[in-house]
Amino acid sequence: MDLGVFLGIVLLAVVFLSLLRQTRPELAVLLSVAAGVIIFLRLIGPLQELVRTFEFLATQAQINLVYLQIVFRVMGVAYLTGFTAQICRDAGEGALALKLEMAGKVIILFLAVPVLVAILESVLRML
Amino acid sequence: MPDINIIFKIAGVGILISILNMVLKQADKEEQAQMLTLVGVVVVLLLVIQLIQRLFHDVRAVFGL
Repeated sequence: MDLGVFLGIVLLAVVFLSLLRQTRPELAVLLSVAAGVIIFLRLIGPLQELVRTFEFLATQAQINLVYLQIVFRVMGVAYLTGFTAQICRDAGEGALALKLEMAGKVIILFLAVPVLVAILESVLRML
Repeated sequence: MPDINIIFKIAGVGILISILNMVLKQADKEEQAQMLTLVGVVVVLLLVIQLIQRLFHDVRAVFGL
């Protein structure tokens, strides 16, 4: 997992993208999507270990795992939404990107509702 | 599939399509050129969709979505 792999992939993709933008813009969008996905697929391994260490720390600290899972879900939704929204912006579709981000925010709020309820309950119990 | 190959494949298809389009335009076969562009986009789309499917599967696995 060294930086060189990512630099190589990105620089290569940039060169081909500059070539493709003039002649075939639609293929350029697909190439940028492919490069983005490749980079993330290489990050899966380390990301998995990070998640496992966080879960281990949470069990050590007797934190309820449900909340940690909600945090990871929110991170997953945020990452995917941001990834796709940026691709839409690269392709020139700013409006679509905004709508997608709005949808992502609603989903994240929807996921966070149980945590809010839990916090309110604990606060009320203290009063 | 080693990931770097995918980038080369997509770029290769793109360059090939643009060159063939120029040739077809010279030979006054405008509609074939349009067809060729469509074919190129479909081929690259198939490649990219497989990648995206892998991405969503892995994200679902890692983040527990």
